[in-house]
Amino acid sequence: MTGWIDLLFILVLVADQFVLASSRLRAGIRAVAAQGVVLGVLPVVLASDATEVGHVAALAVGAAAVKGLAIPWLLARATRESRVSREAAPLLGFVPSLVLGALGIVAAVWLATDLPLPVPGPPLLVPTALGTIWTGLLLLVSRRKAVGQVLGFLVLENGVFVFGLLLSDFMPAMVEVGVLLDLFAAVFVMAIVMFDIQRAFSSLDTDRLSSLRD
Amino acid sequence: MAYSILQLLAFLLAPPLLLGVIGRVKARVAGREGPPLLQPYRDLARLLRKGAVYSRTATWLFRAGPVVGLGAVLAAGLMVPLGAPAATVSFDGDFVLVAYLLGLARFFTVLAALDTGSSFEGMGASREVTFSALAEPALFLGLLSLVRSTGGLDLSHLLGPGLSAAWRTDGPALLLVGLAFFVVALAENARIPVDDPATHLELTMIHEVMVLDHSGPDLALIQYGAALKLWLFGALVVNLFLGARPADPALAFAAFLALELAFAAAIGLVESSMARLRLVRVPQLLVGASVLSGFALVLLLR
Repeated sequence: MTGWIDLLFILVLVADQFVLASSRLRAGIRAVAAQGVVLGVLPVVLASDATEVGHVAALAVGAAAVKGLAIPWLLARATRESRVSREAAPLLGFVPSLVLGALGIVAAVWLATDLPLPVPGPPLLVPTALGTIWTGLLLLVSRRKAVGQVLGFLVLENGVFVFGLLLSDFMPAMVEVGVLLDLFAAVFVMAIVMFDIQRAFSSLDTDRLSSLRD
Repeated sequence: MAYSILQLLAFLLAPPLLLGVIGRVKARVAGREGPPLLQPYRDLARLLRKGAVYSRTATWLFRAGPVVGLGAVLAAGLMVPLGAPAATVSFDGDFVLVAYLLGLARFFTVLAALDTGSSFEGMGASREVTFSALAEPALFLGLLSLVRSTGGLDLSHLLGPGLSAAWRTDGPALLLVGLAFFVVALAENARIPVDDPATHLELTMIHEVMVLDHSGPDLALIQYGAALKLWLFGALVVNLFLGARPADPALAFAAFLALELAFAAAIGLVESSMARLRLVRVPQLLVGASVLSGFALVLLLR
């Protein structure tokens, strides 16, 4: 059974790699949505001995709805409405970013052996969290278009979410609801900013922002 | 013993059928009737009846290419379990020899292509070598993961009895390896996301362009060798997913044959549902496959 919990973590990491490798913005958004749905399943599978079933269920449904449906829908709509080209056009090529992402995962697995956890968790949890955070950072710094950077932010947040799963039994539900709401608000604001960048420069290339003067 | 002779007979006779199945599946998905399943055999017979034409600039290398290519693939086939409980020949580390026998076959195909002095064939050779260099880490990291997981060093154990225990303990990792092997099989056999075997547009061809100058029996040897290679890679994927094989050898053999045909049908479906990747995107696919098998290895080393 633990093998198939591992499979969920592996799916999260494979989705990371897929976002790094996808040259179409739409494919990247879909991969992040799939990752969000997997993150929704994770709390249910991990909480076999949880004390608060309702809390876990709320967390699962909330994560899947916000990360898997609402935010990807918002982003897909934003890319469609702003009529940007579908290519991701990153600063760093796809193959180097894939290799860097893979190295990050190897480093995460290696680091995780030296990180003692307060509560015993599934062995792949920490590597997945660290690897996903690393992928998010990589996306944030290496993507030129605003949509790509928002995807990076989402992946980064997913990594933090995986790390937080370890504590889902202790954390008050309000905190998590707050985090999900913050995330949603942040992406909402980013979508609005994307529209503004698009209107000002008729492109989503954030490099153009450096030409702004007051 | 009977089964090891049977598996060799199947290896010698059945592979062109895979090409027939792929062609038939593609035609059916496209809504056509498609060529008969045995068409590849007829093509081979037709080519064998014809004479060969040799360019005046070509040397013995050009004639050696198809022969060495077929010979190397046949030799590799002796070391891969092809339905029977064990391969015909098996020793520690034979998977390295298998991989490099296939490499030797490719090397001679490339030499023969360069020997003609045609610039098109040179381009094809260059692409073939680039892509196979990228596919190799995926194959070897995957095989290493199998070594780590099953504890054997010969293909008969790696792809045979060791797997049933391995699937129970390391299922997810083996799944990743299987996926990587499937991508490698597509790339090594010049199938669609990497290369289109049906096209004759010189600018995008990889494998087909290298054999443009071969004719008659030479071309038959090349096509037959390509079919055998497809059967070998199919065996790699099929054995991995077959995992715990049925105890009855007759049943195991039948399951193997059925899954080889299913493998061909899967390739046919992939080919019908995808377009060929742009050449610059192909390395990305292959590096992705390497990342998958490297990831499986990391999981197993943990």
